[in-house]
Amino acid sequence: MSNTTTTMSEKNIQQVSAKQKVVKAIVLIGLYAFLGIMALIVLFPFYWMIISSLKTLDEYRMSVPTFWPQKIMFSNYAEAFTAASLGRLFVNTLYVGVVSTLLSLVITVLSAFAFARLEFKGRDTMFGLLLATMMIPGELFTITNYETVTKLGWMNTFTVLIVPFLVSVFYIYLLKQNFMQIPNELYLAAKVDGTSDIKYLWKVMIPLALPTLISITILKMMGAWNSYIWPRLVANDEAHRMITNGLRNAFTATSGDVNYPVQMAAVAIVSAPLFLVFIFLRKYIMAGVSRSGIKG
Amino acid sequence: MVDNKQQWKAWLYLSPAIVLLLVFTLWPIINTVRMAFLENYKSLEAAGGATFEFGIGNFLKVIQYKRFLTCLKNTVLLCVLTVPLSTILALLIAVALNSIKPLQRFLQTIFFLPYVTNSIAIGMVFAAMFNIVGAFYGTEQEIIVTAGIINNVIQFFGGEPINWINYGSTYAANITVMTIYIVWNALPFKILVLLGGLQSINKQYYDAAKVDGTSRKRIFTRITVPLLSPMIAYVVITGFIGGFKEYTSIVGIFGEKMGPADDAYRLNTMVGFIYDALSQNNQGRASAAALILFGIILVVTMINGWVSKKRVHF
Repeated sequence: MSNTTTTMSEKNIQQVSAKQKVVKAIVLIGLYAFLGIMALIVLFPFYWMIISSLKTLDEYRMSVPTFWPQKIMFSNYAEAFTAASLGRLFVNTLYVGVVSTLLSLVITVLSAFAFARLEFKGRDTMFGLLLATMMIPGELFTITNYETVTKLGWMNTFTVLIVPFLVSVFYIYLLKQNFMQIPNELYLAAKVDGTSDIKYLWKVMIPLALPTLISITILKMMGAWNSYIWPRLVANDEAHRMITNGLRNAFTATSGDVNYPVQMAAVAIVSAPLFLVFIFLRKYIMAGVSRSGIKG
Repeated sequence: MVDNKQQWKAWLYLSPAIVLLLVFTLWPIINTVRMAFLENYKSLEAAGGATFEFGIGNFLKVIQYKRFLTCLKNTVLLCVLTVPLSTILALLIAVALNSIKPLQRFLQTIFFLPYVTNSIAIGMVFAAMFNIVGAFYGTEQEIIVTAGIINNVIQFFGGEPINWINYGSTYAANITVMTIYIVWNALPFKILVLLGGLQSINKQYYDAAKVDGTSRKRIFTRITVPLLSPMIAYVVITGFIGGFKEYTSIVGIFGEKMGPADDAYRLNTMVGFIYDALSQNNQGRASAAALILFGIILVVTMINGWVSKKRVHF
C-alpha cells in the first residue's frame, strides 16, 4: 500500500519536473531571442557604418541596398582622412587629452589625499560645498568662463581647452572614497619612519588606488575625444580644432553630391580609438561609469 | 604642533584645485546670477563702461520669446518620451541578462557599446540611415540622390517611405528619429546600473519565492522591482537631468541648424537657446536662461526625490 503511493507521488514529481523543464526551456529560448534581437538593433548602426564606408558611391545609392559591399573600397578611408584633415585633428585632440589628463590626475590625487588623510579646519564643510556644485549644469559656468577666457586672451589656444576643466569634483570624490579605504595606520607608520608625503603617495596610495586612477584617465580622455560645445565656442580655428568639431564641420553640406561612404569612413575613423580603448580596458570604463551617470 | 603642520600642508595640496575652482566654478556662479539680474546685460558694453540696472527683465524677456518656448517644448517632449522608454527597455534587458548564464558577459559588452561612442559621429550614421531613398530636395534649388536603409526596410514590407529628417519632413517624424537615437544612446548606462543592482539582490528572496511556487510575473513585480527601486530612481533622475541638457545628439543628426533644411532651429533645445544667446553676446539673456534651466533641473530632482521617498523601498 505504502509502496504504491510512493511510486505514484514519484511519478507525479517526475511529471511536474518534466513540465517545469519544458516551461523553463521555453522561457530561456524567449530570453535569448529577446536579447538577440535587441543586441542586433544595438549593433546595427555600427555594422551599417562600416559596410557603408567600404562601398562605392554608386553601390551606396542603389535602390536595393546590399548588406555586404560588392567591391571593397579602402580608398574611402584615405579620402576621408584627407577630406576632413583628420591627421591634424587627431594630433590636436590627443595633445589636449594627454596634457589635461596628466595635470588633472596630479590635482585630483593631491586634493583627494588632503581630504582623505589630513585634518584641517573646515574640511567637511568644504567637501560638502564641492559636492553641491555637481548639481549645477555646466552651461551655467560656460557663460562666465567664456568671458573670463576672452579677458585672459586665451581664445584659440590649447590652454583654453585644457585649464578650465582640470578640476573635477566627481574625480576628487571618487579617489577620496578609494583613499579612505586604505588603513590610516600605514600613513602613521610611514610618518614614524620619516617618509615624506609625496613618497608615501607615490609608493603606497597610488598603487593601491590604481584602478580608480585608470578609470579617471579613460573618462578624461574620452571627454576630450567627445567634447564639442566648448571647443566650438573658444577654439574653432584650424590650428586648435578638436576632432568632433572637425568631423561635424567637414560634413555639414546637406546639398550637392554628398559622398556618404566617405563620410561614414570618417565617422568610423573617429570612432575606432574609442572602441579600441573599450575592448582593452572595458572593466575600468564600466566601473567608472556606473558611479558617474555623466557621459564623457 | 602636528595639527598646525597638517593644516598648512592640506591647504598647500588643495591650492591648485582651489585656485581653479575659484576662477572657473565659484566666480561663474556669482557672475551668472549677477548678469541674469542686470537688465539687458552685454559684456561687450560692460567692458566699454556701460552700466546696467538691476531687474528681472532678462527672465521676463526669455520666457516671452517664442523661440524659448519652442526650445522648452522640444526639451520637455524629448525627456518625457525617452526617459520612460529607455528605462523600461533597459529594465527588461537587464532582467533578461540577469537570468541567463552562457553569453551573459558577451551580450553585456554588446549592450554597453553605444556608450563608448561619439554622439556627433554616430548621429551622422543615424542621419544616413534615416535618409530618403532616391532624389530629394536638399534646399529649394538643389536635388540630392541618396539612400536610407530604414526607408528601404519600410518599402520591403510594403509600406510608404517616410521623409524622416530631410527637406519638408514633419515635426513628428523628426521627433521620432530623435527619440530612437536618444534611447539607443541612453540604454548602456541604464542597463549597466540596473544589472549591477540586480546582481546585488540577495538570492534568498528568490529561493523563498521558488519554495512558495510564486509565478514569474509576481516575482518580477513583487521582488525584483521593489528591491531594484533605488537603482530605478537613480537612472530616472540622471536620465531627466541628462535629458534637460540634450543638445549634441540633435547636432549629430541635424547639424548646427538644429532642424531640417526648410525649418532650421525647429528642434532647438534649452541648451541650444543658451548658446545662441551667448554667441549673440547677450550674456544677460543667456544667464537668465541658464538659471531657468537650473531651476527646472532642481525642481525635477526634488519631485523625483519626493516620489522616491514614497515609492522606493530601501
